[in-house]
Amino acid sequence: MSIRIDGEEIKVIVFQIKEKEYAIPVNQVRAIEKVLHITRVPKTARFVKGVINLRGVVTPIIDLRARFEIEETEYTESTRIIIVSLEDMEVGLVVDAANDVVDIPAANIEPQPEVVGTVEAEYISGVAKVEKRLMILVNLEKILNPAELKEPIMIEG
Amino acid sequence: MDMNQYLEVFIDESKEHLQTCSEQLLELEKNPDNLSIVNEIFRSAHTLKGMSATMGYEDLANLTHKMENVLDGIRNNKITLNPEIFDVIFQAVDDLEAMVLSISEGGDGKRDVSKVVGQLQLIEKGESPLAGANANAEVAATAAPVKQEGMKGIYDEFELTVLQQSWEQGFQSYEITIALNEDCLLKAARVFMVFEVLEKSGEVIKSLPSADQLEEEQFDQDFMVTFLTKETKEDLSKKIMKVSEVQRVEIREMDHLTLREQGSERAEEQTGRELLPQADASKPEASQVETNKKVSNSRQSNNKTIRVNIERLDILMNLFEELVIDRGRLEQISRDLNNQELHETVERMSRISGDLQTIILNMRMVPVETVFNRFPKMVRTLARDLNKKIHLEIVGAETELDRTVIDEIGDPLVHLLRNAIDHGVETPEVRRASGKDEVGTVVLKAYHSGNHVFIEITDDGAGISRERVLKKALNNGIVTAHTAASLTDKQVYELIFASGFSTAETISDVSGRGVGLDVVKNTIESLGGTVSIDSREGDGSTFLIQLPLTLSIISVMLVEIQKEKFAIPLSSIIETAIIRKEDIMNAHSQQVIDFRGKVLPLIFLKDIFEVPVFSEDEEFLSVVIVRKGDKMAGLVVDSFIGQQEIVLKSLGNYLNSAFAISGATILGDGQVALIVDCNSLIK
Repeated sequence: MSIRIDGEEIKVIVFQIKEKEYAIPVNQVRAIEKVLHITRVPKTARFVKGVINLRGVVTPIIDLRARFEIEETEYTESTRIIIVSLEDMEVGLVVDAANDVVDIPAANIEPQPEVVGTVEAEYISGVAKVEKRLMILVNLEKILNPAELKEPIMIEG
Repeated sequence: MDMNQYLEVFIDESKEHLQTCSEQLLELEKNPDNLSIVNEIFRSAHTLKGMSATMGYEDLANLTHKMENVLDGIRNNKITLNPEIFDVIFQAVDDLEAMVLSISEGGDGKRDVSKVVGQLQLIEKGESPLAGANANAEVAATAAPVKQEGMKGIYDEFELTVLQQSWEQGFQSYEITIALNEDCLLKAARVFMVFEVLEKSGEVIKSLPSADQLEEEQFDQDFMVTFLTKETKEDLSKKIMKVSEVQRVEIREMDHLTLREQGSERAEEQTGRELLPQADASKPEASQVETNKKVSNSRQSNNKTIRVNIERLDILMNLFEELVIDRGRLEQISRDLNNQELHETVERMSRISGDLQTIILNMRMVPVETVFNRFPKMVRTLARDLNKKIHLEIVGAETELDRTVIDEIGDPLVHLLRNAIDHGVETPEVRRASGKDEVGTVVLKAYHSGNHVFIEITDDGAGISRERVLKKALNNGIVTAHTAASLTDKQVYELIFASGFSTAETISDVSGRGVGLDVVKNTIESLGGTVSIDSREGDGSTFLIQLPLTLSIISVMLVEIQKEKFAIPLSSIIETAIIRKEDIMNAHSQQVIDFRGKVLPLIFLKDIFEVPVFSEDEEFLSVVIVRKGDKMAGLVVDSFIGQQEIVLKSLGNYLNSAFAISGATILGDGQVALIVDCNSLIK
């Protein structure tokens, strides 16, 4: 993961999924949008909700709840789409809420504790503690791995 | 000094110079005595040498230098041209091209050129590049020395030759000065009318200022033309004066003697007509002012162009599309508010953005010439390798196509050309035996028609043999003996596009490994185009490629399935129909209908695309009948919305391959609609 540890602090966008707080470095975030009309794309992975028109660019949307295999809920007023970019891909991530930008001292980032077993553990690159908040740093490379697009499809097809 | 910033410019310019070199070389081969062509090549080679030396590409500079020496020898009549020398120079240009290509791909531009360099040196010393053929080189130079000063100020060699010739044929030449009224508003239109009058009674060979300066009204009141005719001064003057707003016409007879003196040394040169490139010669004389080559040459130098990265144009296009979507919303709002002023402003904005759209789309258009211009050399090499005599005619090279199509179309065309030359055109002996001209003709023709561009490759060779194609197809298991008999000629020809097919009895270097034509077909279809064949055994074949004008904007039929909208490209739609539910029949597990006497399989898009169902089926079904090649299918949808021009977009790099979806588009309401890929729905 491309977090620069050498500096004292990294700036992250904090978002919520099911009462947990997650973080993505700001340099990977292009924009944060309210939920726009999503056009469903048939026969693709279950977590791909479809595509949106992001200022003239057709952008795929991933529901992070579905990606982390957490039960999905209806979108609400606070639901946000975080547009992230990785290499030549631009993808929107649907999250429950996103409203914070936080500086995390690099020293506070710890590797993921090994007591895992949940799906989301694969997509985590570290855990950071700032004051009393615990933030999970997500691993975008893993989340956006195109190889995983193929696998859960075609069950009902 | 950091050279990287200049690298791109260097590569672009080198390519241009090399292109000039090969074009002029081909020209020179036809007119070996025309030293002005040698000068042209020499200049390009010289610039290239200078540039590559500056950029530090020693091999490139070295080879160019050797080539330049030979050209210099030819220019000064120390070396007489013969086919071997041409071959060596062509080889040198090929090597140079390969080196530039290697540089543009990030390589160091190094290449073993010692053989060519050696041959060039031999030529330079006046020896034949091929051992044992020395006699050729000893033939003394007979061409007259070129007079350096000449009349370049007023007429160039080409024009002098034309003048000279026309005198011999009894034409009279005049210099006509025409002055327009001072208050003339549409000067260009008047000029055009004057030219039109002139073209009817003779030929304009030069104008001052040049034709396009005239077209752009870059002159005061008067202009001068040099004109060849058999009519008298008086008649001409009367005719021109009939054009309104012409104030005065002065006609001066040209002095033969002074011109003849300076032109005499060039009298032996080939006639001017043959200097015209074929593409120009066969171009219909659509624009009256562009009739001679000099005029079109000067246009090139007058063109003010800049290089723009294609990506920037894409960004511009994207931004513009957003504007179009917002425009749609504004129009809606203005209708709702019913405010006159707002209404007018929005309408004005719509018009302007319409113009803008045309301009942006046009910017992406490139003449097919950029693809065609490498073919003459390729055909020449191929013809020599195969010991065939081939004349390549290019028509309509100025036809414009979207940049993305241009980038893709090169390889398929190369393949079809090679195919035509290798399998189509016969050897000179066979041609003579069957009473044809020894020289085979291959015509490459491009033209617009409606929303499509057509490219035709026609040869006058042996044509396609139905028996041989069928025999091969049977052997390769592409058709069964039973179906073979019932196929039409056209269907038989289509078989050569099937994969694993090759009719050449022996596999040659050039084409015929059986991997080719199906790839051609696939590439063209992936561009939204089609390819078809027409052939008459003994008379030759024609391959016709139909391509969309642009890839970024296509016409679609919008349909609705439950609450979702999909776009189906018009290019694959045959027609639409509404059928009754009880007309559906079952054939095995497939639902079909009887449509105009044919059994038409139905594809329920609702099921294929797993559309969430909100309302139940009705009694009538809307069906879009689509085709892939000669197979058809009916796509069942809920309702038709209508036909629309849409901007094609990809689904983004993350979702690059969705099932049966070829892309997406943004509709007027800002929502995304998916484009159905009919080709993958029909098996």
